Amino acid sequence: MSDAFSFQLRKVSKRFVKGKETITIFEGLDLDIPAGDFVAIMGPSGSGKTTLLNLLGGIDHVTSGEIVFDGQRVDSLSEGQLSAWRAANVGFIFQFYNLMPVLTAAQNVELPLLLTTLGRKERRRNVATALELVGLADRAGHYPREMSGGQQQRVAIARAIVSDPQVLLCDEPTGDLDRATADEVLALLQLLNREHGKTVVVVTHDPEVTRYTKRTLHLNKGVFVERTALA
Amino acid sequence: MNQALLVAKNLGRRKLRTSLMLVAIFIAFFLYGFLECFNRAFHAGDNASAAERLITVNRINFTMPLPVNYAERIRQVQGVKAVTYQSWFGGYFQDTREPLFMMAVQPDTYLDVYPNLQMPPEQRRAWLATRTGLAIGRTVADKYHWKVGDHLPIASNIYSRKDGAKAWEFEVSAVFAAPDDPQRDSLVLMHHDYFDEGVTFGRDQINMAIMTTASPTLNDQIEKAIDSLFANSEAETTTDTAAAFNRAFAAQFGNIALIITLVVATAFAAILMIVGNTMVMAVRERTREIGVLKTLGFSGSTILAQILSESLLLALLGALLGLGAAAGAVSVASRFLSGFGSNLHVSTAVFLGGIGWAVLLGLVTGAIPAWTGMRLRIAAALGRH
Ligand SMILES: Nc1ncnc2c1ncn2[C@@H]1O[C@H](COP(=O)(O)OP(=O)(O)OP(=O)(O)O)[C@@H](O)[C@H]1O
Ligand SMILES: [Mg+2]
Repeated sequence: MSDAFSFQLRKVSKRFVKGKETITIFEGLDLDIPAGDFVAIMGPSGSGKTTLLNLLGGIDHVTSGEIVFDGQRVDSLSEGQLSAWRAANVGFIFQFYNLMPVLTAAQNVELPLLLTTLGRKERRRNVATALELVGLADRAGHYPREMSGGQQQRVAIARAIVSDPQVLLCDEPTGDLDRATADEVLALLQLLNREHGKTVVVVTHDPEVTRYTKRTLHLNKGVFVERTALA
Repeated sequence: MNQALLVAKNLGRRKLRTSLMLVAIFIAFFLYGFLECFNRAFHAGDNASAAERLITVNRINFTMPLPVNYAERIRQVQGVKAVTYQSWFGGYFQDTREPLFMMAVQPDTYLDVYPNLQMPPEQRRAWLATRTGLAIGRTVADKYHWKVGDHLPIASNIYSRKDGAKAWEFEVSAVFAAPDDPQRDSLVLMHHDYFDEGVTFGRDQINMAIMTTASPTLNDQIEKAIDSLFANSEAETTTDTAAAFNRAFAAQFGNIALIITLVVATAFAAILMIVGNTMVMAVRERTREIGVLKTLGFSGSTILAQILSESLLLALLGALLGLGAAAGAVSVASRFLSGFGSNLHVSTAVFLGGIGWAVLLGLVTGAIPAWTGMRLRIAAALGRH
């Protein structure tokens, strides 16, 4: 297996069992996401986009099949191992930012670093760097309620990158933003992909996203229906 | 920032709700601290030295007198080492509402039975030699600013004088301390002879005889021997250890320990439900945030520890405030209840007991939400947009 892949999915099936009913979301799904990819996953509501991101991020489990990350099986890791793996390798960005309302921007960004062995000083330096990168150095002491949606999302991005993970998983990152702000956020993700080599997976309804990504996958009823390579 | 700050911030997120929980916990620990101090003061006599002493009182009840010659007869019983006797004088200084813890005793035998009363040798000699002399405990001396050589008129609310005078004249001969037996520090001791010579009634009568024995193992046997000595006489007796007597004495005020236990248990049961329920709601509100923390890589056990820390912090904060207020209230109360002397305070044992209960409370109220938080599945917590 090559290290040039972030994720390799092999024959992944995902079913939800609810009472007597079984809902099959994926059946034998294959997917390769090379390291350094910037991929948009589009599809109608209910097609399984969020479910796919959850599987990639190890916050939900496959029913069968394999997920290989950086040459290592992650689908068979225990809950505790997955926590540690996520902390080291994956940053999440959500539609509704999901910042802690009781913490300032800087404290929110610092959260993932509490799980590392970094000292106070180093943590503070990394937080400053991350906030600088998203253009919010001057907002470090502000609480989420004191910031606009776009600013909150940028804080969330800073939080996702502060521990320098290889992969960013974004679920509708621009879903709650106006066009101009959405473009800023997408440009930021593009910068992280191009300049910092992050693998970025974006799940979205927003067709504009494809202007920023390297390629787009269309998901329909659990199957990739068409693959378009865009510049 | 660190995890402790995160815990504190979560607790401070709803100021009103947290304050109400604090008040509930505060009340329970205030009650515990305050009542437990009284409970312990009542039982302050239950120490090892008290177990070595026996007390003989009238079988009907301890306020009924015994003839003074009983003391001599008890002295003859095999195994009895020293015997003394005392009568409750019911003394007060100027204000009837501030009674003194005052006994008429036979000084030389009293000091044989209570060798733990410490006083300078010359004061001891002076007290033994002075018929109107008083030996007073340090707590009393401090409270009234009395010192050796002071002349004091003290009246009794039980006994009137033969000569018609209201007050008895006394002179302070000695000030003593009893470090191992703080209740004794608030005693005022007068000569029984002086008492006998002045009273219009109750002459040659005593409230109790107190003795030390050759060995505690003989106590049962000696108790029986004494009580059978006076069986079928005009005043039958009950003999028991001083510790048992103290407990029986305390029981006169109702079963204090039981009342305290019930009151405190009720208060604790109430806050257990209030705080437990509120913690469950507080954590449920944060379901999504817990999901996010887990997404960031916080493990289930870290979440468990955070929520338990939060409930512990709350319980300890409330407990410290409650115990602090109890200490204040008890110190005010002790000024009006000199009979308890220096026993009435929030001791280390009461304090540590309170902290122990607070830890238990914190763990119990945090258990369900912490467990729920630990087990929370991320996908479910984040919901779907
Ligand atoms: N825990 C669950 N139990 C049962 N069914 C589920 C569960 N989670 C998701 N599903 C189902 O799986 C399907 C895919 O859901 P998913 O959230 O992945 O869709 P999506 O593509 O992200 O949709 P949207 O664009 O609306 O966010 C849906 O039909 C949904 O009802
Ligand atoms: Mg979705």
